[in-house]
Amino acid sequence: MGGPVIEAKGLGLTFETRDGPVHALKDVDLAVGKGDFVSFIGPSGCGKTTFLRCVAALEHPTAGTLTVNGTTPDEARRARAYGYVFQAAGLYPWRTIAGNVRLPLEIMGMSRAEQEERVARVLELVDLAGFGRKYPWQLSGGMQQRASIARALAFDADILLMDEPFGALDEIVRDRLNEELLKLWDRTGKTIGFVTHSIPEAVYLSTRIVVMSPRPGRITDVIESPLPRDRPLDIRDTPEFLEVAHRVREGLRAGHAYDA
Amino acid sequence: MPRVPRGAGMTRSILPVLTVVAAIVALWYAAAFAMNQQWTRDQAARAGTEPTLAQIAADTMSQERPKLPAPHQVAAELWDTTVAKRVTSKRSLVYHGWITLSATLLGFAIGTGLGILLAVGIVHNRAMDMSVMPWAIASQTIPILAIAPMIIVVLNSVGISGLLPKAVISAYLSFFPVVVGMVKGLRSPDAMQLDLLSTYNADRWQTFWKLRLPASMPYLFTSLKVGVAASLVGAIVGELPTGAVAGLGARLLAGSYYGQTVQIWSALLGAAVLAAALVGLIGLAQRLTLAAMGMNR
Repeated sequence: MGGPVIEAKGLGLTFETRDGPVHALKDVDLAVGKGDFVSFIGPSGCGKTTFLRCVAALEHPTAGTLTVNGTTPDEARRARAYGYVFQAAGLYPWRTIAGNVRLPLEIMGMSRAEQEERVARVLELVDLAGFGRKYPWQLSGGMQQRASIARALAFDADILLMDEPFGALDEIVRDRLNEELLKLWDRTGKTIGFVTHSIPEAVYLSTRIVVMSPRPGRITDVIESPLPRDRPLDIRDTPEFLEVAHRVREGLRAGHAYDA
Repeated sequence: MPRVPRGAGMTRSILPVLTVVAAIVALWYAAAFAMNQQWTRDQAARAGTEPTLAQIAADTMSQERPKLPAPHQVAAELWDTTVAKRVTSKRSLVYHGWITLSATLLGFAIGTGLGILLAVGIVHNRAMDMSVMPWAIASQTIPILAIAPMIIVVLNSVGISGLLPKAVISAYLSFFPVVVGMVKGLRSPDAMQLDLLSTYNADRWQTFWKLRLPASMPYLFTSLKVGVAASLVGAIVGELPTGAVAGLGARLLAGSYYGQTVQIWSALLGAAVLAAALVGLIGLAQRLTLAAMGMNR
């Protein structure tokens, strides 16, 4: 079992609109290996979310090839190969937290006993054990997002796709969740694709940072992070960290992210 | 600022409701005096007497066939026809109320069932989406007073009479709010929710049972409240055309034939009380269901 988990070659996605074609993605080449933590960073319209959605088979590219686990994204979706975490938690208000985490397991037809076991395990993983019987409105934003992550982990997919999951949360909660996410990644060894707006977040979390720019949406730079795998939050004050962040910023500047 | 105690909706609104009712009753007395006094003056003129204001006032409040019955006259009639009569008597308002209520409930059940089925079809089937709504809307624009006799006559001619034709008219009026409300409710989940289920490779029926149906509950109950009131109207209208002998509509009709305005008004009030009770019951069902679903804060 070798080969990249996600491989894009010359990937393109063009939307035909009334004002002319919009090149959301153009000539994207990327290979993501097993166990990588890849961040996608760039300004609005650079195609990072679009790329993630293509991997998830929620969008369909108009050019190039994209394979997930060696098959088409649609095949991977049908095989339930990945969990997706959206920017909003999107929990059902009429279900408890445990009921929400159970949702994918019910759809996949697992037995009741197995559902219970998995829900308990995954709530423990995101530090929400004991909150299973609460309703979403009783939880804070950060906790709801943790429940959403738990839901994405419940069915043991190898790939986790996260679209700015901490974007709506404040800095302090974000720091804590970043730490927890890294611990989670360490424990489960999943391949993670992470879209973010925040340079420190991208540098802190990833093994590889993909810098993208808009019009047309393309990859400007791919940075292999030299930081060690074991990262306490303090690493953000070290010169190595700042250097990588600087490189990211240069990449964004090269892609005209800071132009008016 | 005094804290208003958080109780069930009913107990909090009792005082304002009573205030409004008291204001309405006061206006009602004033209107009864104004409208009935002409007859009093005519009678007095014919007898050649000059009544005082107090005598006029007293008379307007106790006429046998007033233009506008006074509240206490209606109350007396209501007491007389509900509590003071046996429930099985043909003069009992409870008996007539039950006749109308049974047609209302049956029609409401049919209309709600039909409405939900149509809504599910509209949301899941493109052909139905484009074709059913215009017809549903058109059906509501035809005046019910014109259609009701036709429905009754047609159904009578195939041997169906009594409860069912009235229930059909009730269903006719109550299915539309349910269709509109349910379509909106079933379509209420946003794109992100649908994408999430897509990532689980859920099929349409799983999406329906796990997402669309629970999300549509608040919309459904709102529509049911409108629907049950429309259903009651349908049942009463269904009793009018063929000179029915039983039901609240029949009482209204009989009252108008024989000039018994007090009877008309008591039947009217009986219908209003019935409607309020039905809507209240649906409200109760709504609170219980949403509480069971965990959506009651």
